[in-house]
Amino acid sequence: MAAPLSPPRLLPSGDSAITVEFSRDIDDAASQRVLALDRAMAREAISGVTETVPTYRSLLVHYDPLQIGFDTLSEKLVALAGQPVPQAAHTRRWRIPVAYGGEHGIDLEDVAKTLKTTPDDIVARHVAGDYRVAMIGFTPGWSYLSGLEKFLHMPRRQNPRLLTPAGTVSVGGVQTGVQCLAGPSGWHLLGRTAVRTYQLHREPTFLLEPGDRVTFARVDDKTFAEQDRAAEAGEIIAELIAS
Amino acid sequence: MTALVISSIGPASSVQDGGRPGSQRYGLVPSGAIDRLALAAANALAGNPPFAAAIEIGPFGASFTARAGAVRVALTGAPRNADIAKRPVNFDSSMTLANGETLTLGFARGGAFSYLAVEGGIQGEPMFGSLSVNARAGLGSPYPRPLLAGDELQVEAASGATERRIELPAIAEAPIRVVLGPQDDEFSDENKKLFLDSEWKISATSDRMGYRLDGPVIKHLHGHNIVSDGTVNGSIQVPGNGAPIVLMPDRGTSGGYPKIATVISADLGRFAQIPAGRGFRFKAVSMAEAQKELRNFAQLIGALPDRLRDLENFDLNLEALQDANVAGSAVSAIDAGTWDSQEPGIQGSGL
Repeated sequence: MAAPLSPPRLLPSGDSAITVEFSRDIDDAASQRVLALDRAMAREAISGVTETVPTYRSLLVHYDPLQIGFDTLSEKLVALAGQPVPQAAHTRRWRIPVAYGGEHGIDLEDVAKTLKTTPDDIVARHVAGDYRVAMIGFTPGWSYLSGLEKFLHMPRRQNPRLLTPAGTVSVGGVQTGVQCLAGPSGWHLLGRTAVRTYQLHREPTFLLEPGDRVTFARVDDKTFAEQDRAAEAGEIIAELIAS
Repeated sequence: MTALVISSIGPASSVQDGGRPGSQRYGLVPSGAIDRLALAAANALAGNPPFAAAIEIGPFGASFTARAGAVRVALTGAPRNADIAKRPVNFDSSMTLANGETLTLGFARGGAFSYLAVEGGIQGEPMFGSLSVNARAGLGSPYPRPLLAGDELQVEAASGATERRIELPAIAEAPIRVVLGPQDDEFSDENKKLFLDSEWKISATSDRMGYRLDGPVIKHLHGHNIVSDGTVNGSIQVPGNGAPIVLMPDRGTSGGYPKIATVISADLGRFAQIPAGRGFRFKAVSMAEAQKELRNFAQLIGALPDRLRDLENFDLNLEALQDANVAGSAVSAIDAGTWDSQEPGIQGSGL
């Protein structure tokens, strides 16, 4: 028997949500427990729970207090979180094409300089990574990945940019990620993908699920341009290599 | 086809309904009306379900014109001067615009957002079950953006139903109630006390994503960067500058600043309508009290149709009283709770 798992902290987020916190920091074990509890919640379908939102270190559980009380739900959450972490029955694995550097990744050279290596080495390390979607948040489709090699960990920019392009692939702190919509970011921009993780009027609207595995593949600017046109027309572009 | 034409409108005005919960795990925030009681009251007056889509009108003036038919509408929320073809009309009431007539609204007084519901609702294509505008995500119907002058909303022609008014509970200027957490342990007892004991004001830079608060600087125990976790409507996050931000319906679904407390659901609309510059305080309550208040709030919304009253005789009396030049005091006597703030409007219109 494995040692019993340490209980999470249950933190009230107002009168209609509970934050189930497994760690204060980003760590892979905590992220796996978050995703395991998320799967368990989907399986149990507790009456009164309206939606769950996984993040790196906690699961936010929205509920309707007219249907289930704080104490009852808390007990159920503690019981579910204490169960051994089962592997996901099947994990989807995606390959996402990225045009690195140049106009698509304006920080690649600076990142290489800061880390005292070449841009090609940065790219080689980034595409060698085996990542997991730890959370999707902030804006639609912004997918935060865990599993970034330690060499590529970098503090975020001192001055966040107010506007970074849709499809930006970047690194910040211990994380890497794919941002779907144009918007502000304090991360270092390595490249762009044509993949839309969120696209209206496409089935599915949201491409990635928390827990999915992701790898990156380098493409040239010309391929990016072609893929971008195809993606705009509704093609998924990302390659599903296992499910 | 009958339409309500937006003849003029200010920023921060958009179609909103009960929102689109259920996709926050993909980063899609629910959006929806910022003052749900005012939305539900407007819909009750218009004969619609409580969270049907209506026009959420930002603090500036606006005007709406009926085209190709009469349109029956209802006004609630932050009071304003309001008239149809120069005839003053009341808030918390329904009214009918004859074909070609224009409803003109002034600046919001005593709040920020007003609601204009349309009998039969606003026609559009729901996305994730909602017409609510979320411009960032390209969502919202009939326009996936805030409303602009010249926009047209397809609506049903007025049914000819009797006009109604609604008696809403008086809005208390009591403290805004919060449940502490989820990260109140990121703050010293002294700073939590400072948060709860201080007077706050809503900053002019607030919007549907978040209301920024002016007041004392709240300091963190361990710095302001935490690892992002999920947010809710009413999360009070404290960024590095120590000025709290209360997250509103267009918030990011996750955030990386410690959250000292969360506004209780029943007080969110009342909080959202505090006029910029007016001081207010927070008060911590227990989970049990917060959930009791939410039950009461849900009951109030469910029972709004019981609070409808006929308007017919009311209009008649108003005219007679204005002729007698005693409108101010007499009108207050008819409906003390809601009429008080309308007085300047009636006087200003020259009647």
